[in-house]
Amino acid sequence: MQLIEGEKEKILACVEEILGSNSKKQEDLIPILQKVQAKLGYLPGLAMEKIARGVGVPAADVYALATFYNQFRLNPPGKHQVKVCLGTACYMVGGDITLESFERRMEIKEGETSPDRLYSLERVACVGCCTMAPVVVVDDEVEGKVTPTRVDGIMLALQEDNSKGRREEKSGQEAGEVK
Amino acid sequence: MSDTVKFTIDEQAVEAKKGEKLLWAALKNDIYIPHLCAIKEEKRPNASCRLCFVEIEGIPNPVTSCTMNVEEGIVVKTRSPQVDRLLKTAFELLISDHNLKCSQCPANRKCALQKIAKERGLKLRQKRFKTITRDYEIDDSPDEFAFDRSRCVLCGQCVWADREKAKVGAIGFTKRGINRVVTTFEEVPLAESICTQCMLCVEACPVGALYYK
Repeated sequence: MQLIEGEKEKILACVEEILGSNSKKQEDLIPILQKVQAKLGYLPGLAMEKIARGVGVPAADVYALATFYNQFRLNPPGKHQVKVCLGTACYMVGGDITLESFERRMEIKEGETSPDRLYSLERVACVGCCTMAPVVVVDDEVEGKVTPTRVDGIMLALQEDNSKGRREEKSGQEAGEVK
Repeated sequence: MSDTVKFTIDEQAVEAKKGEKLLWAALKNDIYIPHLCAIKEEKRPNASCRLCFVEIEGIPNPVTSCTMNVEEGIVVKTRSPQVDRLLKTAFELLISDHNLKCSQCPANRKCALQKIAKERGLKLRQKRFKTITRDYEIDDSPDEFAFDRSRCVLCGQCVWADREKAKVGAIGFTKRGINRVVTTFEEVPLAESICTQCMLCVEACPVGALYYK
């Protein structure tokens, strides 16, 4: 994942602060990773390398931890977060097909974020409304009975929202210039 | 008081140093016990390959010989229906996702899996578990060796060599369950990682996953 402008400094400052206020034994690794993720929203490679150096373990070990536990994410959350349920009920009625449609439309794999950071795609295990299977959670809104056609509809709505956001940004800038 | 203990393995009288693990005592006396993950110098063995089971008289269930200390007068059996069953299951699970194109494998004839199969009369094909074919890319970025994950048995010998012998820390286990692989930080090719290409990991690999080009 390409870092955006100014992100590198932010990551380094964040890790430094957390390492500074923490004991740096091997068993403190998971709490440190949790704190960094809580601040940054994810675990960038740069942060993992710096944490490894601070704790004194190989970077490969930090990577091992971050990939072992589901709570850690290696990619930044996108502007729109899509979570596809693959719990038993959703899986039985084709949740995996829904996930695949999203992967195709977003051109990313499950667990990844699109390079423009507009979309991130995750799989979850049960959202608690199995009667609506297959279920997808789009930015905390639950969508039921999501077929590949519905995936197209959801994506269209998200794209519409993105271009609207961009238009507003633009007009906001113009208004600022006028002032 | 002497520092050696006497006991029997398969009715053969054996002597070993106190504190030695049963597996290594047996191997030293030319008694073969299948094993993949065991490392002699390791203080606390992983016991993760589940292949080195033996039976000890007085202990109801089979035990992993890589974690058992030798003791005076114990009676060890390397084969029993229970041991054979445990071994067969572990072995079949190992080969269920293993790239079995042995004739194309650089470790053909010196492979630890082939040796286990030969010693215990097991087949290299199994039908009990679903066969998984991996489409891992071969990492041939280092100058003199390559890494084919489809042949990896996740024994951890290379990781141990990397950490304890070479003292580099370039590779490690990542992900979990069926997706577990040995790889570098952020899964970059070996040549782009901090790997020094000392090739101690290639020497340590009991199968054909890490091999000379």
